[in-house]
Amino acid sequence: MENDAMLTTSPSTLENKPTGLKLFFTRLVQQRMLVLMSIPFVIWLIIFKYVPIWGWTIAFQDYQPGLKFSEQKWVGFKHFKILFTDETFSEQFLRAVRNTLAMSGINLILGFVTAITLALLLNEVKKMAFKRVVQTVSYLPHFISWVVAAGIIQTTLAPDGIINELLKWIGVIDKGQEYLFLGKAEWFWGIFGASSVWKDIGWNAIVYLAAISSIDPAQYEAAEMDGAGRLRRMWSITLPGIKPVIIVLLIMNIGYLMESGFEPQYLLGNGMNVDYSENIDIFVLKYGLQQFNFPLATAAGMFKTVVSFILLFAANNVAKRMGQDRLF
Amino acid sequence: MANLASVSKPRKFSSRNSSLGDKIFDISIYAILTILMIVTLYPFINTLAVSFNTATDSMKGGIHLLPRQFSLENYKFVFADNSVYNATMISVLRSVIGTIVTVFASAMVAYTISRPEYVLRKFVTIAFIITMYINGGLIPNFLLIRDLGLLDSFWVYILPGVIGVFNLIIIRSFIEQLPDSILESARIDGAGDFRTFINIVLPLCLPVLATVALFSTVSQWNSWFDVFLYNSSNEHLSTLQYELQKILQNSNTTSSAESGFANSSADSNKVSPLSIRATMTIVASVPMIIIYPFLQKYFVKGMTVGGVKG
Repeated sequence: MENDAMLTTSPSTLENKPTGLKLFFTRLVQQRMLVLMSIPFVIWLIIFKYVPIWGWTIAFQDYQPGLKFSEQKWVGFKHFKILFTDETFSEQFLRAVRNTLAMSGINLILGFVTAITLALLLNEVKKMAFKRVVQTVSYLPHFISWVVAAGIIQTTLAPDGIINELLKWIGVIDKGQEYLFLGKAEWFWGIFGASSVWKDIGWNAIVYLAAISSIDPAQYEAAEMDGAGRLRRMWSITLPGIKPVIIVLLIMNIGYLMESGFEPQYLLGNGMNVDYSENIDIFVLKYGLQQFNFPLATAAGMFKTVVSFILLFAANNVAKRMGQDRLF
Repeated sequence: MANLASVSKPRKFSSRNSSLGDKIFDISIYAILTILMIVTLYPFINTLAVSFNTATDSMKGGIHLLPRQFSLENYKFVFADNSVYNATMISVLRSVIGTIVTVFASAMVAYTISRPEYVLRKFVTIAFIITMYINGGLIPNFLLIRDLGLLDSFWVYILPGVIGVFNLIIIRSFIEQLPDSILESARIDGAGDFRTFINIVLPLCLPVLATVALFSTVSQWNSWFDVFLYNSSNEHLSTLQYELQKILQNSNTTSSAESGFANSSADSNKVSPLSIRATMTIVASVPMIIIYPFLQKYFVKGMTVGGVKG
């Protein structure tokens, strides 16, 4: 013990543990400034992040807004049963689940492929000024809101928008045949995927560019000696070099499969494409805050969070087992 | 070419072999990236052109990169509207206050959980990290805000977002990378934790705090859903993004003549929903478009610390 005290400048290391609770409080008093700096925010955290989790109890009640908690009628899993089996609701809910998974799946794959491709291409650009300009431009849509983006996308896809104009120009369609892109329900997933790529391709490429920059240049020199062309080097050195990052990010993103976003679907969605645009988040908003069916909406939201939690936890564990702990 | 002969053989082979292939390769890369830039920028430039064009002329269509009949009428009209002026103030206010609060609070908590001797370090860290995995969701959050009496108030923009876990993690990683000797010397000088934090840690963390400030400003400036959800009945608390969202919604659902703005003024023959929409889009996005390039080197670093190392 004497040795310990001499070795460490701060009085509190875990070696002193045996003295137990009393020591803990002594240290707590010694560290009161750290406590004062952090505990108010833990209280904030409890109010704003943990209390809403307690709000899940609504999903198990026939919630009546006017009544006290103790006066609510408990109904068990009734609302979950409604979500999955009731004729009117289940069709819409299952459709929302399908749309959520489809859109986040499309987003995941498209997002990965395009961001990695952009990083690989940028890495081959030798003129630094050009590279910097491309990067700066590619970040731009990330910094605008989805409201602005949705407005721009609607303008671009409108019957008199640039896409229809281009299609007419190359002769795919004639005047008067303009597509109403956002009116075609089955095109919505594609439009969503393309919009998300447009908005975040540059941003998502940042991580891969950083990973590429840490590849040992000697590898490229050796490959060049062996006569490997640039395409070959890209394929056999750069891509394998960033493989660990790709795998970890892929696994982590699988954890977010239930999160397909809310804003793009809400802002680009309309009566014509609702079959393909309405995801779980919009389902919750619609039944919760527009039709005031709080228990049903809470149950839907809770289902999403619980599945998300399981996915995230599994993903994190897989990532950890591969030696890359990312979140902790 | 001649002096290549003196270089080692394989090298010469590869350079000669690839010179044509190299050129095609380079040209295709530059072409693809140029197309990407055009696709990214065109919608903005087009919107900008429409916003600076006279409304009646824009209706004819065919405006691409430049205004055909230059005019400032659209901007004059938009800013003459009280609700736009008011919404701009609220947007600026929430961005400034929200950012200051978030940066300070996140940095302070990040400092405490970076102190290895802090007995509550694990508890505080885990309490925050759990909230990355699990959240109450829309309805319970709405009911909480209602029960706290935060509906129809400015503070609903600030209080729910005081600390973001992602910000906390990147600031903590940054503090942990600072040399121990600096913090130790402060301690020997007798500085307490709060003073060490304010006088030493904060100034050293400027690069990461710039990143967090940028993220926070952007998300404050760009958010509209909280306005829609909590304050939609109170016009004085509306923001630019929400005003724009209402305009977009109107132009989707009602015929252009009815949409909110255009019939609210005798000037309505000078403007059209199309040009107002373009002008509002520019007003709502330009501040962020102007600031992000200056902070590029910071957020690129912040993203890589947060994204790869976490």
